[in-house]
Amino acid sequence: MLEGLMTTLKSMFEKPVTIQYPEQKRPVRARFKGRHVLKRYENGLEKCIGCALCAAACPADAIFVESAENTDEERYSPGERYASTYEINMLRCIFCGFCEDACPTEAIVLGDNYELSFTSRAESIYTKDMLLEPVPPGGQPTPQRTPAGVFTRSVPEMKDPTD
Amino acid sequence: MVVKMVSLTIDGRAVAVPAGTLVVDAAKKAGIDIPVFCYHPKLDPVGMCRQCLVEIGRPLIDRATNQFILDADGKPKISFGPKLETACTTPVSEGMVVVTDSDKVVAARKDVLEFILTSHPLDCPICDKGGECPLQNLTMRYGPPVSRFLFDEKMHLAKHVPLGELIYLDRERCIQCGRCVRFQSELVDDPVIGFSQRGRALQIVTFSNPGFDSIWSGNTTDICPVGALTTADFRFGARPWEMNASASICNHCAVGCNLTYNVRREAKAGGKTVIKRVMPRQNEMVNEIWLCDKGRLAYHYMESDQRLEQPLVRKGGELVPAGWDEALNLVTEKLRSAGNRMVMLVGGRLSNEDLFNLGELTEAQGGQKLLYSYMGGGDLVSRFAPPKGSNLGELGAGSVVLVVACDLHQEAPLWWLRLKQAVKRGAKLIVASARPTRLDKFATHVVRYAYGEETRTVAAFLPVNVAGAPQVIQSAAKTLTEAEDLIVIYGSDGLYLEESTALARTCAELLLKTNHTGKVNSGLLAAWQNGNLQGGWELGFRTVPDLAERLEKAALVWVAAADPAGDDPALAKAVRRTGFLVVQELFLTETARMADVVFPVLVNAEREGSYTSGERRVQRFYPALPPKGIVPEARPDFAIPALVGEKLGIELEDHSAALVMEHIAAKFAAFAGINYQRLAEVAEQWPPVGGSDLYYGGTSYLNRQGLGVTLSDVLQGESLLNPAPIQTTQRQKPSADALPVYPIQLLYDRGTTILPSALLHERLVQPAVWVHPTTAAEHKLQSKARLIYEGEAVEVAVLLSEQTPPKVALLPRSVGLLGYWLEA
Ligand code: SF4
Ligand code: SF4
Ligand code: SF4
Ligand code: SF4
Ligand code: FES
Repeated sequence: MLEGLMTTLKSMFEKPVTIQYPEQKRPVRARFKGRHVLKRYENGLEKCIGCALCAAACPADAIFVESAENTDEERYSPGERYASTYEINMLRCIFCGFCEDACPTEAIVLGDNYELSFTSRAESIYTKDMLLEPVPPGGQPTPQRTPAGVFTRSVPEMKDPTD
Repeated sequence: MVVKMVSLTIDGRAVAVPAGTLVVDAAKKAGIDIPVFCYHPKLDPVGMCRQCLVEIGRPLIDRATNQFILDADGKPKISFGPKLETACTTPVSEGMVVVTDSDKVVAARKDVLEFILTSHPLDCPICDKGGECPLQNLTMRYGPPVSRFLFDEKMHLAKHVPLGELIYLDRERCIQCGRCVRFQSELVDDPVIGFSQRGRALQIVTFSNPGFDSIWSGNTTDICPVGALTTADFRFGARPWEMNASASICNHCAVGCNLTYNVRREAKAGGKTVIKRVMPRQNEMVNEIWLCDKGRLAYHYMESDQRLEQPLVRKGGELVPAGWDEALNLVTEKLRSAGNRMVMLVGGRLSNEDLFNLGELTEAQGGQKLLYSYMGGGDLVSRFAPPKGSNLGELGAGSVVLVVACDLHQEAPLWWLRLKQAVKRGAKLIVASARPTRLDKFATHVVRYAYGEETRTVAAFLPVNVAGAPQVIQSAAKTLTEAEDLIVIYGSDGLYLEESTALARTCAELLLKTNHTGKVNSGLLAAWQNGNLQGGWELGFRTVPDLAERLEKAALVWVAAADPAGDDPALAKAVRRTGFLVVQELFLTETARMADVVFPVLVNAEREGSYTSGERRVQRFYPALPPKGIVPEARPDFAIPALVGEKLGIELEDHSAALVMEHIAAKFAAFAGINYQRLAEVAEQWPPVGGSDLYYGGTSYLNRQGLGVTLSDVLQGESLLNPAPIQTTQRQKPSADALPVYPIQLLYDRGTTILPSALLHERLVQPAVWVHPTTAAEHKLQSKARLIYEGEAVEVAVLLSEQTPPKVALLPRSVGLLGYWLEA
């Protein structure tokens, strides 16, 4: 009993581990898997090519993709195909990160945001506009008008991950 | 015919196959997989891709004794060549030993794949074939895991090449197997695509105008072992694994091709389940693994926003939406007062179940069961059709086929393809037609007659008349009399109802008089314009020459799946004058516009049912789209007469199509023993398709849902030929200079179920009459002429066509025009 009391006494003088969320927030780890983000290239084109491999890899069947064809007049992503519809049902998603692994263009990344709350089922469906990251500085929003014969490759050259 | 069997050993397994079988097929039959790219079991082998390399050893033969040289154990000594051989070009031989899994073979497969991939983009993520791609599968199985080639050093070619408006080519992905080119030239005689350039720069090009001008083009996308060829319809539509498959039957012509609807729920369609593509489903007795482009692409009518959504009732001269109860009550009341003065007019798009219920209601009323068709003679087809066990795919040496008044390539494309293949196997073909058709080339005899001479021409083949006939008919008649089996196919080229009824009778007579009845692979077939007209005949519906009169006199006319008013001005007049008009339809057709009550119905993809094909094969279709999907209020066609019947005290099944089929089987002898379980039975078929070996047969679906059952024969004997020969009406020429007009049937017609498919619009038949340039000049025809029908004239465009015989004008059906004469 004494031993137990000692532990209690000791911890009374330790620095508290609790923090005042939501005023204070802890930074997340490098590999934290939060709410998804759809990435863009520097020029603003979407990385996602609408291949639906993420949807195929998803064990919770949370992702829905519909694709359409790019033209140089109206280009969303490099190559021929882009996602015309992209939806993730956050109520279904189990944040396993399989979609990230499956993506051939590193378009979908599980980000840092863990603050997901909704008041209805419909709200839990994140659409493409909600998931796409903002256009980077110097880039153009999509769809873009692009010169012919430049953006012919859907899948960029990939490097092995380093972290 | 006795087939010599050859025994050989493949991977240690003893196999016996008919002589002449290729090693690759022998292995497949034994369940051993040899990967292929350029070989396809339906095409001649070419040995272009080298993917099928295997080790082949043959027993050493003593030249003196012609016996195998035996080793110490008494087994034949086998000598293996120094090099691997292509399994797809090597026929089996006695005692052969094939090794398909040695290190040498596996290394060769890997090397060939690496070669192929040096010019391949591997953009599987965006490739429409990804997921069902032979190259992808084989690379995963045998290929190198990493590329030694830098991407930039690969061959880079155009990725978006429309070969025509229907088919797109990705030049980079093509692995130059030549399947598409060979399919087009060898199998369907449309050599409109070919190779250009050499080596890695080899490319597929089209040299027709319009591009890829073939009614078979969609099939190349199935057999292309990569994603180089895609249909404009499905391009980037969905990934193959995301779609559900549902078995169905094409109802656009008499062939009744088996197909599969791939469906998916879509955000684009507002969350509805929609059909994404139509794929062939194997049935070696019907369509093998093919579909014509009409069957593949003309399904968009099902999702059209023009579909009727609610029952309509005429109030104050206007059709206004109404509830089902109101509409049904009104019809019931009118039926009661009409009594037996009711006419039921049905079209060939309805299923057997629909026809049965509509027929039962009519019979209970004592009304008339009429079939809407411009071709007659289905009752004769019922009696004379090739019996059970017949298969156009088995015709060969000794078989003769006579095709009369039929542009088979346009009227029943798959029959055309199967006859063409039969000729290749040694069958003889006799074509009798008024104008050149795509069959002439394969015919042993071509008999040309003038339009209007169809029946007389066939009559000249009869044994009693043949002595006085022209030479070509005599020789053709000799061929068909001597034939082991004879199939006669008649169509509707240049024929109106009466003429085609008369022609059917003469064709049947010919079969009877030359002793070609009741034998497998002998009989009469009609190239109906819809999928289930034969079903209509089987279930007791009949065509009548005086349709207009009967419609006009009836107290109540009930029209299902037909648009008489849209097709024929005389019928439109009659329909307008009829007592009360009930229409059950998909769309607000001309006839529906005139109706007093209109019921909305479901398309076949939304419900269950069965069709009877031109060969009297009953085949089942299954629901592909969920109920209450596209048109929540619509009902299946068979339910409507059942609901009305209920109010009249006539017991009919309104819910389950399977139960209706049981009623059919109980009532109609030809259907005896048929039920939905039997229709769903399948058997193993050759070549195997749809397994994990997509590289072998292509992406056609395996038939798991039923091969169908052929109806039983009802009658035999001389009495078959009743009724007596048909008299046809002579039409009065309005002026000395008037050209007679004959109707013809083209594949891409303007029917209600074709028009909503926008992709086909460029190929649809134009509303114009065809006249030969010389004839046009003689008759002083300008770009417009007057088309005369029942005393009235309308203006019509004139199309000059070298294909048209002189002194006549041809008028394609379904363009909303009708006429017997053409005047300047
Ligand atoms: S896997 Fe990547 S590129 Fe493909 S649809 Fe998903 S996010 Fe887009
Ligand atoms: S053809 Fe096959 S291997 Fe080539 S990109 Fe398409 S899916 Fe991949
Ligand atoms: S397009 Fe397809 S079928 Fe034609 S040659 Fe190329 S790979 Fe073969
Ligand atoms: S041949 Fe006839 S049944 Fe077959 S797909 Fe074409 S239209 Fe349909
Ligand atoms: S060489 Fe045999 S399959 Fe191509």
